[in-house]
Amino acid sequence: MEPITQLHSTTVVMPSTNIDTDQIIPARFLTITTKLGLGKSLFADWRYLSDGRENPDFILNQPAAANSHVLVAGHNFGCGSSREHAPWALVDYGFRAVVSTAIADIFASNALKNGLLPIVVDPTTHAWLVENPGAAVSIDLAARRITLPTGTSVSFPIEAFARHCLLHGLDELGYLQSKLDAIGAYESARPA
Amino acid sequence: MSARTMFEKVWTAHEVVVETPDTPAVLYIDLHLIHEVTSPQAFAVLAQRGLPVRRPDRTLATMDHSTPTSSEQIFGNVPIRVDAAAKQVRMLEKNAADFGIELFGMRDARRGIVHVISPELGATQPGMTIVCGDSHTSTHGAFGALAFGIGSTEVGHVFATQCLLQRKPKTFAVNVEGRLGPGVTAKDLILAIIGKIGVSGGTGYVLEYRGEAIRALSMEERMTICNMSIEAGARAGMIAPDETTFAYLAGRPRAPGGTAWDESVARWRQLASDPGARFDASVDIDASALEPMITYGTNPGMVVGINAAIPVKADDPVDQKALDYMGFRGGESMLGKPVDVVFIGSCTNGRLEDLEAAARILRGRTVAKGVHLLIVPGSQRVKREAEAAGLADVFKAAGADWRESGCSMCLGMNGDTVAAGQYAVSTSNRNFEGRQGVGARTLLASPYTAAASAVFGKISDPRPLL
Repeated sequence: MEPITQLHSTTVVMPSTNIDTDQIIPARFLTITTKLGLGKSLFADWRYLSDGRENPDFILNQPAAANSHVLVAGHNFGCGSSREHAPWALVDYGFRAVVSTAIADIFASNALKNGLLPIVVDPTTHAWLVENPGAAVSIDLAARRITLPTGTSVSFPIEAFARHCLLHGLDELGYLQSKLDAIGAYESARPA
Repeated sequence: MSARTMFEKVWTAHEVVVETPDTPAVLYIDLHLIHEVTSPQAFAVLAQRGLPVRRPDRTLATMDHSTPTSSEQIFGNVPIRVDAAAKQVRMLEKNAADFGIELFGMRDARRGIVHVISPELGATQPGMTIVCGDSHTSTHGAFGALAFGIGSTEVGHVFATQCLLQRKPKTFAVNVEGRLGPGVTAKDLILAIIGKIGVSGGTGYVLEYRGEAIRALSMEERMTICNMSIEAGARAGMIAPDETTFAYLAGRPRAPGGTAWDESVARWRQLASDPGARFDASVDIDASALEPMITYGTNPGMVVGINAAIPVKADDPVDQKALDYMGFRGGESMLGKPVDVVFIGSCTNGRLEDLEAAARILRGRTVAKGVHLLIVPGSQRVKREAEAAGLADVFKAAGADWRESGCSMCLGMNGDTVAAGQYAVSTSNRNFEGRQGVGARTLLASPYTAAASAVFGKISDPRPLL
């Protein structure tokens, strides 16, 4: 995986709360056996009309959304299913960060493993981002800060080890494999 | 030692490496359940890196999410209608064979929804850590296991190391006192709990369901409760094992036998939270005050008593958007709303007791004209038991569509879907937009309420039929 340190992008805003993984990627698109090509089905039921044409009212189909890598979404983004297809679809589409006031546990865990930053900010910062769609923001992963075009800069929490892996382009499996001796010792020590 | 919660006991017993500020805990996984939809990408990682599955003996595979429910497509010579699903099925067959994993395949008598078959085999046991690439893995917490859903990358981690990197979650006591009234079920209780704490109220926590009402539940009812923990945002929910748990497990094929049984039970008895154990959060619910519940919106927290009106929240755009999708308005009564489809099944309500409940309503009655009642057993074993007990005959006589087991219309991956704009009363777990088909409108309820609504062709309180 490519290391991630800084991200500079305009935002796309989807203010709805509780955007669930069935909206991010509907179940009928889970019949794949790879991770590839899900971006075209991202938010499919909102993005396309029943005849398959793009829905012009949907935010991602509007010119202002082009080339944005930061999705600002309402509270509890990514709730529902554990499908990793949700971050795969967001990343394949081009997103690199999701900013909300709360992000569902399993989604956030999956996002971190795919180079998609789950960024939780305070309600005031979030409200500003929602009211200013298209704002150019800077995200500094090493410093754990997001900076708004107003110059306001706020910190965000991110799990320390996942951050380390993202900054250095490492995957977590390598670390787990380095613990195989301890895992073997644990298995030998416990009753069958 | 200070008083500990059940969660803390199970967590500590599985810490291979303790967490530090810089690194998460390495948590050992006792049982890894896999299915055809979220495993292919994880097997691909093993193949790329030339790694084996470390503990195939702790791994169990089945097929449920994308599989057909028609007998012809499973047992006949009719090909699986959805090509991509057929490919996933074949890929799991190959991966299970290549990596030495036990698979309950398409025609296996032990096949079924992963969260239904593991308990019925006795593979799910108290004190275990259990994971699966499926968020409803929380179901297994009903046995006092720590069980949670993971993504496909983590499925690969467990394959390769039998461990996961995890930060320790917080604990949340859900105290349910009083007893559920007649016709009010575990499904109604968990919907009421989600309505109270909200769909993100459990985020970051493991829930422990406690109190008189929980103790009085059967294992199947406890599974219904723990199953929907994720709908409150909690990755896991747990219930302390007790005599009900031990009686359920005794004699099951994968449960310990002989002297190992007694030793296991003695160990399991130590799991319950100690008196005075501290939880990070808590909520109190009075079970006796509940009535049958039904959802009116597009998440499981948008729920009311069946005799209540839809809440009026005119200034809430999110609520308004949900009501627009559902074709409802604030202030309307839920009772009497027309129904097109009724689905009884899923890992939430697809076990034998759920089918018995449906049969209690449907016996001697018929499904209303124009309503499609789809009944999908949670496993092939549940199917056989329902047929042996005469339940399937009741369903067929009522005009229901009786199928082979699987996830089916809960998520509509296999082609069992609800048409756009149609209303479906469903015993499943999610009423998200489009969950049961593009444009489908889902109302979550208990098997009683679902069956009663099928009989009348409209949303109905089941209690007068009991």
